[in-house]
Amino acid sequence: MNGTRLWAYAAGIGVLAALIVLPQGLKPYGISLLSRWAVMAIAAVGLNLTLGYAGQISLAQAAFLGIGAYTTAILTTHGWPFWSALLLAGGLGFGIGWLLGYPALRVQHHYLAFVTLAFMTMAYLIFRNEAWLTGGVFGINRVPRPSLLGWPATKPLAYYYVCLGALAIVLAGSWWMIRSPWGRAFVALRENPRRAMSLGVDIRAYTLLAFAFGAALGCIAGVFFAPLVEFVDPSAFTLADSLGLLLMVVVGGSGYFFGPLLGAMVAVLLPEWLRMAQGLYLIYYAVFVMVLMVFCPSGILGLFDKILRSLSRSAPLAVRKEAQR
Amino acid sequence: MAGLLQLLVSGLATGATYALVAIGFTLLWQTSQTINFAQGEFVMLPAFMVLAAMRFLDLSLWPALALGAVGSLLLLGAMFKKLLVDPLLRHGVLPLVIATIGLSILAKETVKNYYSGEAQRFPALISGDTIPMGGAVLSVQDLINLGVAVTAVVLLQLFLARTETGRRMQATAQNRTVAAILGINVERMILYTFLLNAALVCLAAYLITPVYLATYSIGEGLGLVAFTAAIVGGFNQVRGAIVGGFIVGIAENLTAVYVSTQYRTAVPLLLLVAIILFRPQGLLGRVEERTT
Amino acid sequence: MSAVLEVSDLRKSFGGITAVDGVSLSVAESEIVGVIGPNGSGKSTLFDCILGQLLPTAGTVRVDGREVTGMRPCDLNRLGVSRTFQMLQVFPQLSVRENLILAGQEHRGSMLRRLMGAGDAGLSGAAQRMIEFFRLQHLADEFAGELSYGQQKLLDVAMAFMSGPRLVLLDEPAGGVNLTMLATLRERLRDINREQRATFVVIEHNMDFVMSLCSRIIVLAQGRVICEGAPETVRADPQVIEAYLGH
Repeated sequence: MNGTRLWAYAAGIGVLAALIVLPQGLKPYGISLLSRWAVMAIAAVGLNLTLGYAGQISLAQAAFLGIGAYTTAILTTHGWPFWSALLLAGGLGFGIGWLLGYPALRVQHHYLAFVTLAFMTMAYLIFRNEAWLTGGVFGINRVPRPSLLGWPATKPLAYYYVCLGALAIVLAGSWWMIRSPWGRAFVALRENPRRAMSLGVDIRAYTLLAFAFGAALGCIAGVFFAPLVEFVDPSAFTLADSLGLLLMVVVGGSGYFFGPLLGAMVAVLLPEWLRMAQGLYLIYYAVFVMVLMVFCPSGILGLFDKILRSLSRSAPLAVRKEAQR
Repeated sequence: MAGLLQLLVSGLATGATYALVAIGFTLLWQTSQTINFAQGEFVMLPAFMVLAAMRFLDLSLWPALALGAVGSLLLLGAMFKKLLVDPLLRHGVLPLVIATIGLSILAKETVKNYYSGEAQRFPALISGDTIPMGGAVLSVQDLINLGVAVTAVVLLQLFLARTETGRRMQATAQNRTVAAILGINVERMILYTFLLNAALVCLAAYLITPVYLATYSIGEGLGLVAFTAAIVGGFNQVRGAIVGGFIVGIAENLTAVYVSTQYRTAVPLLLLVAIILFRPQGLLGRVEERTT
Repeated sequence: MSAVLEVSDLRKSFGGITAVDGVSLSVAESEIVGVIGPNGSGKSTLFDCILGQLLPTAGTVRVDGREVTGMRPCDLNRLGVSRTFQMLQVFPQLSVRENLILAGQEHRGSMLRRLMGAGDAGLSGAAQRMIEFFRLQHLADEFAGELSYGQQKLLDVAMAFMSGPRLVLLDEPAGGVNLTMLATLRERLRDINREQRATFVVIEHNMDFVMSLCSRIIVLAQGRVICEGAPETVRADPQVIEAYLGH
């Protein structure tokens, strides 16, 4: 095991330990922030699948987040168990993703982006206008937190571990997918679609699957989002939120395995770090994004990759290799 | 009938301004593969430049308008191209899209924090009178907007088709490699396109803002409309953007009245999806050669 | 016995330019056919039309008697048609072994099996055999991007064969390859042709290569077939000489 790998594993274990131990010393606000990070990371991982691995821009991830959140809110406030919301939302996400993607991809490869734009707007309008279902602008209040195997996860710390656990499972699942032949097909699809086609890789099918799974993950993130904030209303599911998720993926490093986690961390924690800048944190964020794009379009992890490569010739693509394979 | 005429005229007026924004958007895409997510904010900014010039520099209306126009050309045209588009284009479409998303956030937040978060009155350039016609009441503003926008579009078409520079710009838009071989200064043509876009959004701003008030968030809806209009018309044709703009303008107005104001913004997008499914090249676009 | 590949009156126009102007050809099993012609004669466009990369304006393409005109390249590949590209198109970020596995994985099982099953889709053995056949053992786990040009060419060809195709279209396989490697390439191609009874169609500019490899040559000029026959016949044909000299 070479030096870089050792460092990478050590860092990974360190981060994991910090994520488990650190929150115990934090106040409830800090814990809820970390929980929010975990939930957004799930949505970002889904979007990374669509964008980073299949190369499609989706502008509807916040819509799926909303669908998951509202499904959970509606079901659990009517007494249905949490896992039923999880199953239904996941299925809805996959199904809607398929329905949206299938015709769009038949047409032309980049039309999915437009269709997701339309869907995002429609979804928001439905959230806002169909009060009989979603409570309209007043939303749905008092969304309960789930109990796992009889143990209620109502306290902030307990629910944080639920979210962290969900994130871990999602990461394990996507790791499996990337390690499978699908992962290889995604690399081919992204690097050289023409060549991939000539080798029998069905670009349309893989892109559609990536999008559908990405949408499902968006919904699943929403399922954990609703009990976290305990109050679901349309203002969290706008086009701007979809763009925010997009930024998370790209800033972290699109196509890198841990990119979305990093990007979500930046997006969720940045307003806190820049508290002193008051309302200007968005300006700093926007400038940061623009500068990052100009100097390193492959995001923060892409920057790491470049630095690693320039430091040691013998570890080319070390981070990326780890990330992709 | 009278009501319909009224709707039609105001729809056409809105549509014409949409067309201006959509044309610039399409041109940027055609010549340099730029998808400008900040196009809506580009319409918002000139108005605020004028307001800022009037408030901070104590200028009166017309000098402020002139300053706004110059500012647009410089900032939204030349600087946008030099600082953002040029470095990013070789990395593909996505980084530029992300950067323009960042730009749109920057524009909105800057205006919100450094000018005002509230809607501002924009000095009316035209009187608010109305003209009765055939039982309908048509606003002068609408008619003049329509007139100015249509004139601008016609002039633009003439420029593109009849002048040397215009034809060169068209050639660059159709095929950069061939244009370069023919000796056209492609870089300069692309710069002109950006300047042209800046001029168009500036004009659109001056037409729209007196009617709708100047808000930092006015760009969100507009950008979406530009995008939709461009696609509905056919992403690879300027004429398509014009047609698309009018269709979206009219459809929006009709929906607001006959269907529901709540779902007004959905209509252009549903149109979009329908077009994609049934006529993907847009109403006037050419079918793209299959790449997969 | 139906031809493995049969092209009937194929035409492809781009706006006002006709790149392929009524080309008909037929290739029997195990044949190695060469397609030559001066630049701009429509060779690559012909390939693109046969392989579904472009939609022909007119005409049909049949593989084993079955009409495949305009079929998507990935579907065509699954019918047993494979190709190599003029511009090198290996995947630089994957290892040589991974490239080969990729080249074969879409031919086994379903999408679901590929997700749930083994990471190498059961192709490690086949990939290893291919590596040995093309003498790439010492490079097997290197990133494909680190290989020399000639080695990447070999990999490219190897990838085309991973799926055990009936018909392989090679687009300028000899381009930019040094003499020693060329000899290796020719050997390997002849071996595969013999062992797997695979049919080849080869576009080439390198006259020596194509004349020594192919049993039959088709000459294209300005989108049309101007001559067809054994290498010696074609070499001596006055029309062919003029087509080349005239450019």
